[in-house]
Amino acid sequence: MADALSADVPAGGLAVTETTKGTERLHRAIFIGLAVLVAVAPFVAYPVFVMKVMCFALFALAFNLLLGYGGLLSFGHAAYFGMASYVSAYTAKNWGLTPELAILSGTLIAGLLGAVFGSLAIRRQGIYFAMITLALAQMVFFFSLQTPRFTGGEDGIQSVPRGKLFGLISLADDKALYYVVAVIFMAGLLLIYRIIHSPFGQVCKAIRDNEPRAISLGYRANRYKLAVFVLSAALAGLAGSTKAIVFQLASLTDVHWSMSGEVVLMTLVGGLGTVFGPIVGALVIVSMQNYLASLGAWVTVVQGVIFVICVMLFREGIVGVISRAIKRPL
Amino acid sequence: MFELLGIPPQALFGQVLLGLINGSFYAILSLGLAVIFGLLNIINFTHGAQYMMGAFVAWMCLNYLGINYWAALLLAPLIVGIVGVLIERFLISRLAHLDHLYGLLLTFGLALIIQGLFRNNYGSSGLPYQIPPQLAGGHNLGFMFLPNYRAWVVIASLVICLATWFVIEKTRLGAYLRAATENPTLTQAFGINVPLLVTLTYGFGVALAAFAGVLAAPIYSVNPNMGADLIIVVFAVVVIGGMGSIMGAIVTGFGLGLIEGVTKVFYPEASATVIFIIMVLVLLVKPAGLFGRPA
Repeated sequence: MADALSADVPAGGLAVTETTKGTERLHRAIFIGLAVLVAVAPFVAYPVFVMKVMCFALFALAFNLLLGYGGLLSFGHAAYFGMASYVSAYTAKNWGLTPELAILSGTLIAGLLGAVFGSLAIRRQGIYFAMITLALAQMVFFFSLQTPRFTGGEDGIQSVPRGKLFGLISLADDKALYYVVAVIFMAGLLLIYRIIHSPFGQVCKAIRDNEPRAISLGYRANRYKLAVFVLSAALAGLAGSTKAIVFQLASLTDVHWSMSGEVVLMTLVGGLGTVFGPIVGALVIVSMQNYLASLGAWVTVVQGVIFVICVMLFREGIVGVISRAIKRPL
Repeated sequence: MFELLGIPPQALFGQVLLGLINGSFYAILSLGLAVIFGLLNIINFTHGAQYMMGAFVAWMCLNYLGINYWAALLLAPLIVGIVGVLIERFLISRLAHLDHLYGLLLTFGLALIIQGLFRNNYGSSGLPYQIPPQLAGGHNLGFMFLPNYRAWVVIASLVICLATWFVIEKTRLGAYLRAATENPTLTQAFGINVPLLVTLTYGFGVALAAFAGVLAAPIYSVNPNMGADLIIVVFAVVVIGGMGSIMGAIVTGFGLGLIEGVTKVFYPEASATVIFIIMVLVLLVKPAGLFGRPA
């Protein structure tokens, strides 16, 4: 913090955040490439697998919005993901809501939860912030464990109906559902991209880099922090609600702290503070889990090892390294 | 026999004792976290795993080498402490110049590795550890039955906590430590080997966790997951107490354990979450924590 205060421009910060014409064109190309990739993926890969990757990628993107652009490390994002997953599953199954309404209600509840938890957590900074978000998320976990009438306890909410989109189009077929998930994912990504590159996003980055300076310029830092927290929680909720519809299941795994750890890992592997990094990270981690699923507890060990390697040797992440090689922010 | 608000005293005092025991573990663990945080500025996420390692080393000593509880009470913290020293030297110290959040992520990864390895070797059902024969049985105090081992856990934790407080606040070594916490550069300029102090402090904090693990082994079964959930509660304890004061960590730890125990009697549904709820209240009223200095 001290050296950031003395420098007029945070070292390297300008080069990374500056959006030139060329960069904009590159990003547009990546978006189009990604859209094409997502469109053809179900013909070459198992659609449920790609849907899982997209749900977790959206989750990681939401997390990265908070950490990469708000500078806030939340260790409790499973709370929003999991709670939204429960709400979406419950409303779709017990109230018979159509999938889009179920997903919407999950997202809203996650946003509300984010507003409550966010306003508590931003009272402290740095390491305390991480501990508070983790503790609050653990409270949600215990709540889920102790209210089996709502969450189904250890069994979770099983066989959630995929329902009919807008009451018209049946999503029982994987392909039909796939394109709904793809639209949600691309829309989420575009929204996050817009948030990051909006004046609001610029102020958030200013607060991340130098909070006292941003405050002295007249920005109410806490309001921006809370706003980015709520947005991140709601988008994590969007990912969780969609996941519940795709897998027709909401369970305690979604609210457990290890889920919070997983999303941190995805973001770290892909590249902290890069726009596209979390997508790559989610692809890597979800694929790894699929291939290593038979190894049981070794998956935890492998994840831990990746954590240590990333932190010690590979802090920029995959996309971060590419970004540095081509000298363009990604 | 008297009754308190319809609760038989046996149940009440039994839970109070259990609360005190949990409080002992909260106190020792949050004390270790506070000592480590003071000098290294990182939150040691591996603390729960190191507590679990303490219990496992005691179990291994007994089952593989026939080393009894009392020797394990010394050996386990030593072994786990040495592992901690190696972790600090080869991993954590290399992150000292970076954002402290990387330390949190590193220690989280290490915790995953350690817990995963123990789960692979020993399963997650838990292994029994006998109460040492000297402490078997208990006393009838008239209003409750007091198992000897539980009394020992509370006394041993109090002694170790107060001893730590004494060393840090009243001795020369503690003065060095406090000086290095306040201003490492200046302390080094006075000829004190601060990097060595940092390494030893981490080793000591970790040894405290392992000591708590050995104490816990006969009460809770020895289980690879025993530290994972506990550490999150301890984080909440640390947020409530604030990490500025050693005595604060001890008092908060025991106090919250007691509150948790009493909650278990009067409103059992909330016993798992009461500490988190208190954390929320403290954040609303006194964001810096009960014993914390405002940043």
